[in-house]
Amino acid sequence: MRAVVRVAIAAAVLLAIYALRLGVEAAFTEYVQRIVLLAGINVILAVGLNLINGTTGQFSIGHAGFMAVGAYGAAYVGVKLAGPLHGALGSGAAADAVIFNLALLAGALFAGISGLIVGMPSLRLRGDYLAVVTLGFGEIIRILFNNAAFLGSATGYFGDDPSGLPPYTNFFWVFAWVVIVVVAIHNLTFSQTGRSLTAIREDEIAAEAMATPTTRLKVTAFAISAAAAGIAGGLFAHMQAGVRPEDFRFEKSIDMIVMIIVGGLGSISGAILGGIFVAVSLELMRDLQQYRLVLYALLLIVIMIVRPQGLLGTRELHHWLRRKKPATPAAPPERA
Amino acid sequence: MSLLELRRVDKIFGGLHAVRGVSFGVEKGAIFGLIGPNGAGKTTLFNLITGVYTPEHGDIAFQGKNIAGLKPALIAERGVARTFQNIRIFRTMTVAENVMVAGHHLHKASIGSAMLRTRAYDRDELALAKRAHELLEILGLAELSGEVAGSLPYGSQRRLEIARGLMLSPQLLLLDEPAAGMNSQEARTLNEQIRFLRDQLGLTVILVEHNMAVVMNVCETVHVVDHGETIAQGTPAEIKVHPRVLAAYLGEETPESAAP
Repeated sequence: MRAVVRVAIAAAVLLAIYALRLGVEAAFTEYVQRIVLLAGINVILAVGLNLINGTTGQFSIGHAGFMAVGAYGAAYVGVKLAGPLHGALGSGAAADAVIFNLALLAGALFAGISGLIVGMPSLRLRGDYLAVVTLGFGEIIRILFNNAAFLGSATGYFGDDPSGLPPYTNFFWVFAWVVIVVVAIHNLTFSQTGRSLTAIREDEIAAEAMATPTTRLKVTAFAISAAAAGIAGGLFAHMQAGVRPEDFRFEKSIDMIVMIIVGGLGSISGAILGGIFVAVSLELMRDLQQYRLVLYALLLIVIMIVRPQGLLGTRELHHWLRRKKPATPAAPPERA
Repeated sequence: MSLLELRRVDKIFGGLHAVRGVSFGVEKGAIFGLIGPNGAGKTTLFNLITGVYTPEHGDIAFQGKNIAGLKPALIAERGVARTFQNIRIFRTMTVAENVMVAGHHLHKASIGSAMLRTRAYDRDELALAKRAHELLEILGLAELSGEVAGSLPYGSQRRLEIARGLMLSPQLLLLDEPAAGMNSQEARTLNEQIRFLRDQLGLTVILVEHNMAVVMNVCETVHVVDHGETIAQGTPAEIKVHPRVLAAYLGEETPESAAP
């Protein structure tokens, strides 16, 4: 019964996204559509980053590195899968959808594994080591891609076709993945695992004293967060002809941090708003180029002074609308 | 066999010998008091038992197995729960959530099933919420279960820490100054609750406390430390008149100070 209802809901949501796609593609220019897609990708990035930075309280400041791993991984796997799968499935849209989603999952897997590799040593310790390590990781990854000949070195990876990577990314796939990532991370956040992650943020010593496997949970949350950035990277890669190392500079990591701080660290709805905010504001500030970092710095300072908890604090919009505190059943319905 | 047995335990911080050759055993079902002047090493002993520190020398046996040097989470899993002197609740979480955090061992559902909200997940979640509610009821916090923990009054926060510890289904409960900041009415209720935990839940309790009304009323055995060393052990009545204990708390009567 539950399964049937869920499949029905999922189908309805996908259909709604598809209808929205038709609407958006008819109503808006290419330019606006691109901003909408970037906003969706940002939402995936922000909600993923919020899991580790907001909910768990372990600061990653090199998430662009995981996005890069996902982008290159998805692009490369997509190109290499295209030949054999087109041979097996024909060359229709269905084959493209299969290839694209397999490529995205591969990108997420690569990013998740890099998350494990980065997280395992640095999250064993209590404190801010993760920030330092992720900062280094972001730079190392970019320089690796800069020098990887089979991935096009500094010019970037454009696939085997002269026209570049296939433009798989569209409104439908971006927002289908937005829904998947947001629902998965929301359910995780409001579960026993999420409670333990929040407990680690609130007081790691007390969490340990309550038998919480802190290291394992931190590493898991970090890997999930990295995998989400990987999916965003894969979607980003297939929006353009190729992926270039300079798409994933340190500024990109800062953009992500701005997203979650503006919205409120620890709030999923805040991260969603923050992701959209950054996509739109980057576009509005396009003429300012490198000065936008100054503006973001000013914005962060103003937020820290005026509203240090961010737009929403740790609250969620839907909880606020229902005017009650989250998820946890306050008391069981019947008394035994 | 004692439930908990410390044998000649030493803990050294740089030049400070914080615990020096302390030995004691706590029988199953006992309410055991650990007292001493400020800086005597009481909390350090708790931190040694719960794995926050590793002793330089000596054994700490829980249920006959050495636990010295194990990680805190492992010791907690084996059935040692504690509260903290400087309250460490999860302040932004609700009262019920605070307690549920310690129910990790009751929640078998995987991360995947949490993401998908499977039936198994819901079942574990409900069982956990129910257990948390029972424990909050024992500590008289059931009506507050939806409140943000950081907003509770001091005494309630201390009781919340106890409820959270109970969620581990422990054998041994270590209470670090549970009556601190409580008024005498609250302290009396606390006495009853500690006895309830022992009598009804079969817990063994070790208590660090400065409130002598609580210690003398509820403890059956009292162990006194000063400057990291054991100076006495006995029943509350014996301890009250023990010369070394009086000297440690009130100061030695030396010829000079007696002179004026």
